[in-house]
Amino acid sequence: MKLGQTPSQTVGPYFAYGLTPAQYGYAYRSAYGTVLAEARTPGEPIVLTGRVLDGDGKPVDDAMIEIRHADARGRYVESSEQVEITGFSGFGRCGTGTDRDNRFRFETIKPGSVAGQAPHIDVIVTMRGILSHAFTRIYFEDEAAANARDEVLASVPAERRATLIARREALPGRTAYHFDIRMQGPQETVFFDL
Amino acid sequence: MGDNISIYISKALVKARWLMKRDLPPPSLSPRDWSAHPAYVHPAYQSTVRRGPTKPLIPLKRALQELAAPVYGHDAIGPLDHDLTRNAAMNGAPLGERIAVTGRVMDEDGRPVPHALVEIWQANAAGRYVHKVDQHSAPLDPNFLGAGRSLTDKDGRYRFLTIKPGAYPWGNHPNAWRPNHIHFSLFGQYFASRLVTQMYFPGDPLLALDPIYQSAPEGARERLISRLVFDAAAPGFALGYEFDIILRGARETPMEGRK
Repeated sequence: MKLGQTPSQTVGPYFAYGLTPAQYGYAYRSAYGTVLAEARTPGEPIVLTGRVLDGDGKPVDDAMIEIRHADARGRYVESSEQVEITGFSGFGRCGTGTDRDNRFRFETIKPGSVAGQAPHIDVIVTMRGILSHAFTRIYFEDEAAANARDEVLASVPAERRATLIARREALPGRTAYHFDIRMQGPQETVFFDL
Repeated sequence: MGDNISIYISKALVKARWLMKRDLPPPSLSPRDWSAHPAYVHPAYQSTVRRGPTKPLIPLKRALQELAAPVYGHDAIGPLDHDLTRNAAMNGAPLGERIAVTGRVMDEDGRPVPHALVEIWQANAAGRYVHKVDQHSAPLDPNFLGAGRSLTDKDGRYRFLTIKPGAYPWGNHPNAWRPNHIHFSLFGQYFASRLVTQMYFPGDPLLALDPIYQSAPEGARERLISRLVFDAAAPGFALGYEFDIILRGARETPMEGRK
């Protein structure tokens, strides 16, 4: 007989000192932070920023974004030993409550292609008012050829694909991408049943 | 000769089954059971109305659902991280009723999920969160942060010592008070088996009135209520509550072809 899955509940408004304490200035170590890669990590350093917008288009100041992606060669991190060797953790977590414009901001490296897919970042979105977290994916504007061949993007209705593409931004000395997550509305971000 | 081969094969099968049971993560992840989880938009909980996605989710093919959970560093867990009665003590012990909270993290077949990082956070005994935006007038406790983490052992068991959290008012509707609860966050073995949830206490009259608890479907929401278990207690120190957590596990027919 199967056991029933434990239901999801909202992360609520007060997660910061438990899940992102260092980012919010609480005296407690964070298990995961906003910097995924070190200067020595092979690959192209990138900054990823974005906002979470509610149904009124208003930036959400109490969302938590988690990202997971492969390294520059398309391999996922599988052990803490690997993290020590490469300086790449493969996973990051950021709340939207510390930035003036309620952006999330990660410092990482651009992922390589995994198993024929276009380079992408897997994302978990949660916040007060989200009872079950949502999964989405970030693709890159400057990978148009790879995006055109990507099976997951192809499975998304053509008119909604643009919601999954991060915009490349000119930032002095570093490649930056911006990705807004729209929870509702005509441009609602595509969320996956993962 | 034939006998030798069949013995060899049966030994290999036993070994393969043993490996599957004991060491390897399930080869294919079962889907999120939407009959157990709340809908994105649950109007009785007002914040969902402008925040919950409204368009149908896009299915992702199965092989892409098997991304492993993030790794954590060897130093991820401090020696007092699981003991909220001590991990933020400044000049004494926190006020309130001490409790032990323990349970097993398992998949739907009852297989333990070992070495899983479990993170918790909660209000203090007065119903006040340390979080800077909590405006409730109940007092902070200088000896209590209300955050902790623990790794599950080989049987999937975690254990915390903490203070029973108080109820607190919130702005959802007139006289809205959240039942006593502890927030839980964990991944299990997969990125996709991520779970953020809340543990409640048995017999709490606020549960019937709480739109967040009530958002989980009837027949599933009861799984969020811990049990008073004397075996889980710290004798003479703290009562024990048990809260088992069931994550998505292997499909019933893991060998079927992947789409």
